[in-house]
Amino acid sequence: MAAQSGSTGQEAHVTFTRVQKTYDGETLIVRDLNLEIRRGEFLTLLGPSGSGKTTCLMMLAGFETPTSGEIRVGGTVINKVPPHRRNIGMVFQNYALFPHMTVAENLRFPLSVRKLPAADIDAKVKRALAMVRLEAFGNRYPQQLSGGQQQRIALARALVFEPELVLMDEPLGALDKQLREHMQIEIKHLHDSLGITFVFVTHDQGEALTMSDRIAVFDRGEIQQIDSAECLYEEPANAFVAGFIGESNTFQGTLLERNGDACAIRLPSGAVVQARAADVGAVGSSAVVSVRPERIVLNGASAGCENRFSAKVKELIYQGDHVRVQLDLGNQSSLMVKAPISQLSHELRPEQPIEVGIPATHLRALAPTPSA
Amino acid sequence: MTATTLTASDAAAAPAERTLPLKTRLQRAERRKKLLHLALIAPLAVFLLLTFLWPIGALLKRSVDNPEVIGGLPATAAALEHWNGQGLPPASALAVFVKEMEGARGSTELASAAKRLNTEMTGYRSLIMKTARSLPLPDGSNLQEGLAAIDPRWSEPRTWQVMASAGQPYTSYYLLAALDHAVDADGAIVAATEDQAIYLDVLGRTFWMSLVVTLCCLVLGFPLAYLLTSLPTRSSNLLMILVLLPFWTSILVRVASWIVLLQSGGLVNQALQALGLIDEPLQLVFNRLGVYIAMTHILLPFMILPLYSVMKGISPIYLRAAQSLGCPPFQSFWKVYFPQTLPGVFAGSLLVFILSMGYYITPALLGGPQEQMASYFIAFYTNETINWGMAAALSTVLLGATLLLYVVYSRYAGQGRNAAKAR
Repeated sequence: MAAQSGSTGQEAHVTFTRVQKTYDGETLIVRDLNLEIRRGEFLTLLGPSGSGKTTCLMMLAGFETPTSGEIRVGGTVINKVPPHRRNIGMVFQNYALFPHMTVAENLRFPLSVRKLPAADIDAKVKRALAMVRLEAFGNRYPQQLSGGQQQRIALARALVFEPELVLMDEPLGALDKQLREHMQIEIKHLHDSLGITFVFVTHDQGEALTMSDRIAVFDRGEIQQIDSAECLYEEPANAFVAGFIGESNTFQGTLLERNGDACAIRLPSGAVVQARAADVGAVGSSAVVSVRPERIVLNGASAGCENRFSAKVKELIYQGDHVRVQLDLGNQSSLMVKAPISQLSHELRPEQPIEVGIPATHLRALAPTPSA
Repeated sequence: MTATTLTASDAAAAPAERTLPLKTRLQRAERRKKLLHLALIAPLAVFLLLTFLWPIGALLKRSVDNPEVIGGLPATAAALEHWNGQGLPPASALAVFVKEMEGARGSTELASAAKRLNTEMTGYRSLIMKTARSLPLPDGSNLQEGLAAIDPRWSEPRTWQVMASAGQPYTSYYLLAALDHAVDADGAIVAATEDQAIYLDVLGRTFWMSLVVTLCCLVLGFPLAYLLTSLPTRSSNLLMILVLLPFWTSILVRVASWIVLLQSGGLVNQALQALGLIDEPLQLVFNRLGVYIAMTHILLPFMILPLYSVMKGISPIYLRAAQSLGCPPFQSFWKVYFPQTLPGVFAGSLLVFILSMGYYITPALLGGPQEQMASYFIAFYTNETINWGMAAALSTVLLGATLLLYVVYSRYAGQGRNAAKAR
């Protein structure tokens, strides 16, 4: 629909420079936002509610004005441009399809506002309906459509006037799980075929991991980390990201020594573990070590690991493709392990002693999250 | 064949209940519940029937009721029933008339019959009274000549035609009069002469004034209702109380305060003069302007409440969506928000319009003679001239006009609802 700008380029499409936003003059909803959105990429803003991700989107759409800082789209500062002149497509949380217009009228709306010739409008509406495979539904009213169909129409309406930038504010939140997963793939494919920039807001990390080229993790009005899904998961930059994305086992400790990438952490139990230094302070400062449950190895496989513990099996939960093993390390600390069914010896039983190994490369040492 | 036989014998073997259609079984199961519900609404239904439907029905019947001549001269009315209306009535009918007049002389029934006849033909009242006084006729005299001797009008067919038509149990006289029409001597419906025609004018005035008040309420009420929905709850609650405050004050008090405010030495005129905007006091009350001001004020809540309830349900996100699609703010409001408020606009307008149609006290106290609406004349006929027929006829016309309006509205609203349901 829009000019094909090829695959994700490195050229900046949208830049936020030192943007701040406060509603009451006391607390900053957005603290200090510096963000570069590349042309043609699918960027997801992910974070818990109240983290400032939606405010950030609304500032880009023009419904909120930054308290300070600058937002540029394609090099032009748009702080003072009203929303209707920004030419940015937007999909709202509850779709916001106009209930008094049919589906086709909804799609015509942005085009007739732009005073396009009638023949062009008809052609574009038809193409947009075909794009979301709802050609037969033009004469229905939005309320006559199912949630998934309304969602697709909202998407078509945001795209029909060929914006270069499309914003989506938790558009899949109202759908059931199965439909949501289907729509995720559909939106992703749409993005791939159109090549325009998508900015997507969600608090659902599965959604973010599925769809995005890059994910910006928000917390307390700041971007904690912006990276590809794989990097976020495997190499979280700080303890918040490690805790927010996926599951992890974390332990408090103190930094004992540091040698380049490698470091040693003393746990409260007195044990010293070898870890990778990702984001730690000076020697002697407190640190958090974190490991993904699927990176922990059990029994014989743990032979070559830098960090080995003996533990006791506390609980086994069968999950079909894997078993979640809850281990008791003593000193009231426990460890959760995800063991694939195929690699698990069947004799595992509760109360059974077991050897556990954590490879140092997967045990990441991070600075603890500052308390609020 | 075997299968059929089997089914039949099965059905016969099954308990009788099972063979009943599903619908009947459902009705039986629900019967107790239905009776209970009916019993619960019965007191209200009886109350409405006795205090609302029956009196209204009785009043409406008054607009076509014609009891006076039948009450005063029943035998004559019956005798004239068989007369074909050509020339003079047969001698037998004249005899009945003369005999009945003799008997009824001085009775109140005859007086009211004479009064009723007088409304159809001027001078009939004195004719009846004079004739009653001059009876009986001398023995053996010709009835026709004798009556003509008392008054020559008795030899005119028109006199008898009027009595025959007034002797019918029902009449269209009042309804036609309420629409400025009458039945002429030939039985054709004709428009009243210009100096007698007033009710169509009054009806038109009633419509026009109601329309102006409705539009004023809409123009003032729409922005206020929108403000109510967009303010934070605390301030909108306070504002809502201010909107409803007039509801808790007597209408007479409100009308009286408008007189105080708007009269030539009143607050408004004093303020305008003090500001140097006017030299002479403006005539703000006892004319149409005063009626418009006061009626708009009194009826405004009836516009605001339906508008507010509809606007409350419209998400502000639609306006954002319209703007994100490239529509400027005002156009977004007009194209996306306003159409969604239409059910409220229609409901509020209908309510205000119908209420204004029946307004009596405000125009009566704040208006001049040119501002009196249909209900003033209804009150005039009930309270002052005790002409129930005319009062009932005007009420019927007003009720009919209102119902017609409501039918038009509900057809529109029904379409809207169907469209909404279809959505």
